[in-house]
Amino acid sequence: MATSATLRAHSPPGARSFFKRLTSGDEIARLVTTLFASLILLLTLGIVWELWIHSALARQKFGFSFLTSTLWNPVTDQFGALPFIYGTVITSVLALLIAVPLGVGAAIFLAELAPPRISSSFTFFIELLAAVPSVIYGLLAIFTLVPLMRDSIGPFLKARLGLLPIFSGPIFGVGYLTAGMILAIMTLPFIISISRDSLLEVPTEQREAALALGATRWESTWHVVVPYARLGIFGSIFLGLARALGETMAVTMVIGNDPSIHASLLAPGYTIAAIIANEFAEATGDLYLQSLVALALVLFVLTIVINALARLLIIATTRRGSSQA
Amino acid sequence: MTLRNRWRKILSYLMLGLTGVCAVVAVVMLFLILGYLVFNGWRSVDWDFVTKLPKPPGEVGGGMGNAIVGSLQIVLLAALIGLPVGFLAGVYLAEYGGHTFAFLVRYMADLLNGIPSIVIGIFAWTVVVVPLHHFSALAGGMALAVMLIPITARSTEQFLVSVPQTLREGALALGASQWKAIATVVVPAAYRGIATGMILGVARIAGETAPLLFTSLNNQFWSAGFSQPTASLPVMIFTYATSPYQDWHRQAWAAGMVLLTLVLIANVAARLILSRGISVQR
Amino acid sequence: MKKTSLWLGAFSVLALLLAVAEAKVLINGAGATFPEVIYTKWFQEFPKKYPDSQINYQALGSGAGIRQLTEGTVDFGASDMPMTDAQISKMKVRPLHFPTVLGGIVPTYNIPGVTQDLKFTPAVLAGIFLGKIKKWSDPELKKANPEVKFPDTDILVVHRSDGSGTTFVFTDYLSKVSPEWKSAVGSNTSVKWPVGIGAEHNEGVAGLVKQSPNSIGYVELIYATQNKMGYGAIQNAAGTFLRADLNSVTEAAAVAAKSMPDDFRVSITNPPGKNAYPIATFTWLLMPSKFADGEKKKALTEFLRWMLTDGQKYAADLGYAPLPKEVVAKEQKAIALIQ
Repeated sequence: MATSATLRAHSPPGARSFFKRLTSGDEIARLVTTLFASLILLLTLGIVWELWIHSALARQKFGFSFLTSTLWNPVTDQFGALPFIYGTVITSVLALLIAVPLGVGAAIFLAELAPPRISSSFTFFIELLAAVPSVIYGLLAIFTLVPLMRDSIGPFLKARLGLLPIFSGPIFGVGYLTAGMILAIMTLPFIISISRDSLLEVPTEQREAALALGATRWESTWHVVVPYARLGIFGSIFLGLARALGETMAVTMVIGNDPSIHASLLAPGYTIAAIIANEFAEATGDLYLQSLVALALVLFVLTIVINALARLLIIATTRRGSSQA
Repeated sequence: MTLRNRWRKILSYLMLGLTGVCAVVAVVMLFLILGYLVFNGWRSVDWDFVTKLPKPPGEVGGGMGNAIVGSLQIVLLAALIGLPVGFLAGVYLAEYGGHTFAFLVRYMADLLNGIPSIVIGIFAWTVVVVPLHHFSALAGGMALAVMLIPITARSTEQFLVSVPQTLREGALALGASQWKAIATVVVPAAYRGIATGMILGVARIAGETAPLLFTSLNNQFWSAGFSQPTASLPVMIFTYATSPYQDWHRQAWAAGMVLLTLVLIANVAARLILSRGISVQR
Repeated sequence: MKKTSLWLGAFSVLALLLAVAEAKVLINGAGATFPEVIYTKWFQEFPKKYPDSQINYQALGSGAGIRQLTEGTVDFGASDMPMTDAQISKMKVRPLHFPTVLGGIVPTYNIPGVTQDLKFTPAVLAGIFLGKIKKWSDPELKKANPEVKFPDTDILVVHRSDGSGTTFVFTDYLSKVSPEWKSAVGSNTSVKWPVGIGAEHNEGVAGLVKQSPNSIGYVELIYATQNKMGYGAIQNAAGTFLRADLNSVTEAAAVAAKSMPDDFRVSITNPPGKNAYPIATFTWLLMPSKFADGEKKKALTEFLRWMLTDGQKYAADLGYAPLPKEVVAKEQKAIALIQ
């Protein structure tokens, strides 16, 4: 790009000239930076490699049934990933169900309605939320959210909706719902920030056209602007999802550590990241450890796929938005 | 106005009002978190807390001096390894990029960015702890460095790319070689952005717990070198928060307050530096 | 200029931190949370007499202790479950078991409105943890505790989620007294619990029970007493309801003390004595029989000697029972086996 494009015409070709060129500072600089850049490649490939090798036993023994088995029993050396996949997906979906309406709503306010000073200062504070470490969210969740869940929210849900299977069973305070709630707070800043950017990209002509046709402010926003920016908003949702899937500490502290599948949201469960955090240091026996690494591989693949989708969507929006400007 | 139109107008005010509520809720969340931590923690951040070692479970008193120093050690190590690598990789992407290799590196950097930190912890465990047969601050620092590299690379690239082409061409026209142009003109022009990217990256890894759980582990005493298990603030918060001891809870709040304050100061400082202006006019 | 001075500053801080590393013998150990309270006390007190060594003990759970010792990432381990032959065969250097203290596992609970000490029969305990007894108002509980007013609430069971020697001893006891438990769940450091939520380490269980009304869990005695939590009496094999204390726990080891095997691996759950606490156990330090590092061997063998004499004096205050004399004598001879 940039500087090298200007100079490319002047470099002599050939292998012998490679060493000739090496004497000049330019080529050394290029070599050094290329080396460090390729380190990133090596690191990523290295991670995939290590995950693949160190899960070999588990993959050989269980094959694809690893993903569908619900039994996790270190005593009999039987390991299945389904309870953890279920827990990871459920808590992340719960988080999105809470965070998306809240986040998109806030983004709409910040992009469409708020005067610029309020918009930027609010955004500043919201982006600070993204910087709060996961373990601090966990600390807060243990002492505020869990008692809240146990004493107020849980009984309320059970009293009104207790007939539904998703709100059945005893209320522990910890569990899927609590984890989903803290995850919602953690993914909120991402959804707001990216959705706001997407909404700001929408050209003013679209809004003005809608208003000129007699739409109210809300109708113009909801029926014209938001659909125009929907790719970016979906991108932000996927990004939030990817982050929620990989969240470890805050979830570990409030999920209840039960490696089974429960229908009730009030019940305890387990996520992939949480069980790795809890049991990695003590997995006695190779199959146990390799099964945990196999779980990590599953999580890795899941987050890559969702991250890739997210980025595609976001790129699509910004490209579309700038081409129309 | 017809009834329908009046309803549409009311709906408009209602929904837009709701979005305002959403935004306020999000902002209030931050202040609630900060407020709660400060309220519970400020009394406990005293000289003892910063200088003493932790006491056995159940005994009151002691502090987290070793965890504070340990965190500093681990983060320093991660920065020493991760920042130069990320910076140079970012220079590559911005200045020499354009063909498929650069595209691949960029893609991998984004991939690396998205990997959950616990997986990176496993990687550091297989690569550092197992061969060396030791839990160590080195392993913890390596894990955090792996997280820091893509963050730094992408932010460095982003700010270098925003430097206008005219600056580069001007330097070259004046006879500078390519690397001199980059080192003495382009990079200093983007200095503010690159520095803020680095500060934000370091602040982000300073709060990470998961990668440290089975790399640097924990230590009851002052850390004695990089090849020994080391205490760190996030791990101590985790351990103390899940315990039954009142005194440990008190210390966990204090540690949380210290950690969050440092992270927030770094973030606010970085954004202020950035907003004070990119050095070059567009 | 500013940048280079910044880097110089960073490097000098680094050098300073490295220099702080003193010339002590640094030893790392990991393992059970059951004895964590006394071990951390010991490792703080021991250097006062022998300042050349620093022993960092991380309570990760018995399972982790065994695992990390096998991997070689720690110098010694600690466990409430004696290593099985299979686990020992995996180790490159044969480990030696050294009992350190005796302790008791208590059923600790948090029931709003109930301040009395509850009595548990083995059947009731098994029933609660099997999920058969679901509410505190169950008639079985009423039978054992006629004067107590129980609320009609769900019992929240709290168990360990990590590999735990405490779990092993507890499930070992339940397997001995309840055939249903034995066939449905069995005993090990990590089992498939029929009900309940999991917490990490003894502290995690204590923490969760303390904060959750209507919950019950199993922890080492000290965790219940330090946190002023209620814990119950269990009916032993002879029919007496006993709470864990110095006498009942010591009594539990009376038979084992006389006939201690040479490798010190023994289980003392559900003992016959009249005043013997039913869920008591030794807890062991796992030492490699051969040390490559002479300094570490010296420090650790000195620690073992100190532990068997001065160290035992700390036990009673912290809710553990000191080792019986016969066991101490046997161990002192066994220290010579470490090379």
